[in-house]
Amino acid sequence: MRSKYLKWVAGIIALLILLGTSVLLAFSIGEVNFSIPELIEIFRNKTGIEYTIVSSIRFPRILLGFSVGGALSLAGVILQGVYRNPLVEPYTLGISGGAALGVAITIVFSLNSTFGVYMLPFSGFLGAICTIFIVYFLAVSKNRFNINKMLLIGVMISFIASSTMMFLLSTTTAENLHSIVFWVMGSLDEPDMFLVKSVFYASITGLCITYLFANPLNALRLGESKAKHLGVNTNFTIRVLFIIASLLTGISVAVAGVIGFVGLIIPHLLRIIIGSDFRVLLISSFLGGSIFVILCDVISRTIIAPNELPIGVITGMIGGLVFIVVLSKLKFNIR
Amino acid sequence: MQEFLTINNLKCGYPGSFMLEDIHMKIEKGSFIGIVGPNGSGKTTLFKGITGEIQVSKGNILLKGTDTFTMSAKQKAQKLAIVTQNTEAPDMTVEDYVLMGRLPYKKHFQLFEKEEDYVLAHKYMTLTRIISHKDKLMCELSGGEQQLAAIARALAQEPELLLLDEPTSHLDISHQVQILNLIQQLNATLHLTVLMIIHDLNLAGEYCDYLIMMHNGKIHTTGSPVQVLNYKHIEDVYNTVVITQENPLSKKPAVFLVSEKTFKKSQND
Repeated sequence: MRSKYLKWVAGIIALLILLGTSVLLAFSIGEVNFSIPELIEIFRNKTGIEYTIVSSIRFPRILLGFSVGGALSLAGVILQGVYRNPLVEPYTLGISGGAALGVAITIVFSLNSTFGVYMLPFSGFLGAICTIFIVYFLAVSKNRFNINKMLLIGVMISFIASSTMMFLLSTTTAENLHSIVFWVMGSLDEPDMFLVKSVFYASITGLCITYLFANPLNALRLGESKAKHLGVNTNFTIRVLFIIASLLTGISVAVAGVIGFVGLIIPHLLRIIIGSDFRVLLISSFLGGSIFVILCDVISRTIIAPNELPIGVITGMIGGLVFIVVLSKLKFNIR
Repeated sequence: MQEFLTINNLKCGYPGSFMLEDIHMKIEKGSFIGIVGPNGSGKTTLFKGITGEIQVSKGNILLKGTDTFTMSAKQKAQKLAIVTQNTEAPDMTVEDYVLMGRLPYKKHFQLFEKEEDYVLAHKYMTLTRIISHKDKLMCELSGGEQQLAAIARALAQEPELLLLDEPTSHLDISHQVQILNLIQQLNATLHLTVLMIIHDLNLAGEYCDYLIMMHNGKIHTTGSPVQVLNYKHIEDVYNTVVITQENPLSKKPAVFLVSEKTFKKSQND
């Protein structure tokens, strides 16, 4: 096997080991700590309060962390590849702004008390989908996708959504204000297993479909026009990838709120460590994002226990700091 | 000789701003053709029309008798390759960059290259003399080396038609000659048909078998370098005073520029 592929395999094995370790850590640490032999015993017996804690409280959080982390990181890799801009992340396109606005409208107009528990994630998803459609249709002219226009429209929609949300925040009650702010800051505390599983299946499907575009994404590293000269249908590739990235972000934001920085930091770190080839970057970023969010969730629920910090606070602070340290120590070139 | 590329009554470009019109061309297999003309004369637009990057409003382009508009992007990439003025220098090793040329031959679900792809990539890296840099990143190469890597990548596509858009711009004379010698050698040994946009009229005259001079979106003159590179055509198209003489060794035309001061002085004398 060529040394390049060996390095990729080694990287992915290392990430899988890290993922296993973080999952184990997430099962063990919390308000009540369990040692590994205790965990084995709990899973073997499948009874008692301890089993309820690990299976009904910790497992959904881990599964959601895995899915949301992977989905956001994957969406980041896709968008950075499509735009050939390392600073683009899933939230740059206004998707999170749209989702947050959807949720804010639902809370302010008490639609969640009328339509039930699924209303909040549904309205978040609807907000995200509306944003995606607006950005998509405004960016397509003469059946061609203008990616620079799309980026600008995304940024503008993000501003409009956040201003509208600030307007709602400034006019609503203190109780609603609290609910909206906490939703926006993100949390993996989702008791509904149907929603957790939905995000899991969506993220895995997104990863599989994106892999079909690994080679076209590599060609896009040379620029859209050169990719065309290599036989890539760039218009189709960019459209499909944009929709996948948007849906992944929309679903993640709808269920877990706004968890920032994952889509920006993780792909960058993995480019430095494993390499920029999308055939390895897609899977490594997915795994890296999952590990990062699972670990940040462990910190967010233990650092001020019994209270919980919003996970977005931890991802932003830790992610940003780690990124600055790595960047200052490494010389790298990104395209 | 077999007719290889035929362009019939082509009209393409940017509606409302610049359009190529009345482009007719018949190119034989194995020819080495230079396209010359001032900036904005439509040389690159012609290439974009041939590669299908811009829409053609009239006429057609036949490659070995097949209309290029009926070909898929992959089929086209297996038949023609293009090297542009600026080689992208991403964080890709030279070997990976050259292997990108094998992309048109990959099947839909084929993620990795076959051994045969590596053999071909190595063959063309050896031919372009960049094999010693294969593990370096593209951004670590000099401009000339990047251009050689781009040619190796284009050759890895195993095309029958090679389009070169100013492959020697920004390079010193040593690298210009090195690259053009290589292209001449490829044209002769691989029987590759080469269509090259070039600004340097001396290099165009020295290396190309046939020249196409463009002006204002139309073909102005075509013919051998001696026929095209005479002072009258050059002065008409470039609006510049020049003197043309024969290169004593190659017997090809050489073009000398004349400054306004020298021109006025010569008229007074």
